[in-house]
Amino acid sequence: MSTTQILFWFLSILAIFSAIMVVASKNPVHSVLWLIAVFFAISGHYILLNAQFLAIVNLIVYAGAIMVLFLFVIMLMNLNGDTEPQKNKWLKIAGVIAGGALLMVFVAALKNADLKNQIAQVNGGNIGLISNLGMELFHEYVIPFEISSVLFLSAMVGAVVIGKKE
Amino acid sequence: MPINYYIFLSVALFCIGVAGVLTRRNAIIVFMCVELMLNAVNLLLVAFSKMHHLALAATNPNAGMNAQIFVFFIMVVAAAEVSVGLAIIVMMYRNTHSVDVNFLNRLKH
Repeated sequence: MSTTQILFWFLSILAIFSAIMVVASKNPVHSVLWLIAVFFAISGHYILLNAQFLAIVNLIVYAGAIMVLFLFVIMLMNLNGDTEPQKNKWLKIAGVIAGGALLMVFVAALKNADLKNQIAQVNGGNIGLISNLGMELFHEYVIPFEISSVLFLSAMVGAVVIGKKE
Repeated sequence: MPINYYIFLSVALFCIGVAGVLTRRNAIIVFMCVELMLNAVNLLLVAFSKMHHLALAATNPNAGMNAQIFVFFIMVVAAAEVSVGLAIIVMMYRNTHSVDVNFLNRLKH
């Protein structure tokens, strides 16, 4: 097994285990911490695919900003394992079975897909580098980029208006 | 890496997110599971972009770059969505003193 393969399996197992722990842990703060572990694993996958810009943006935006926002809200509300609302056992089992059935359908549908000799390039290729992505972003995608600033402005105004006390 | 591995990894993460949305009642955890599903899709998009790049790099050196730009825009939209979504959850907590999604059935009556 080469180093990239070992890294791939390590990051995959870390991502899936942490994702299961996000759903399974009772305390919401632990869920947030496990979700940060998932984001680190996914960033590792991006680095393995040589998408360096997305790896850094994923760390800064998701693991840095969004998760801190979640943590703030959870701590502001003083949520912990004791106040956690629980569904009854049968509904939980039904949810897990529904998710597993969806997984089974996807795997059965994609198992025989004609992708056997398609390889995702790891450890090479320079489309993910910031210089190339920046050129593309500010040439062909400059209008969506500017429109996204309007989206951010409206999201900010919306968050302030919704969060304001009556 | 064969693309199959990435497909199955993303599908597994996505289905864990779906199971989380179905099994949890805490609105914040449900929201976090939605973020997990978004990230699974992002990972698959990046893997497909590298697959496409490897297949077409000889004729077009920029093949597959669009997917990474799309992932960037998905992250932009997710950041905006999280701010509004958390504001809604805070407002709901202020009105009901709980983050239980089962209390959110008032539109039914």
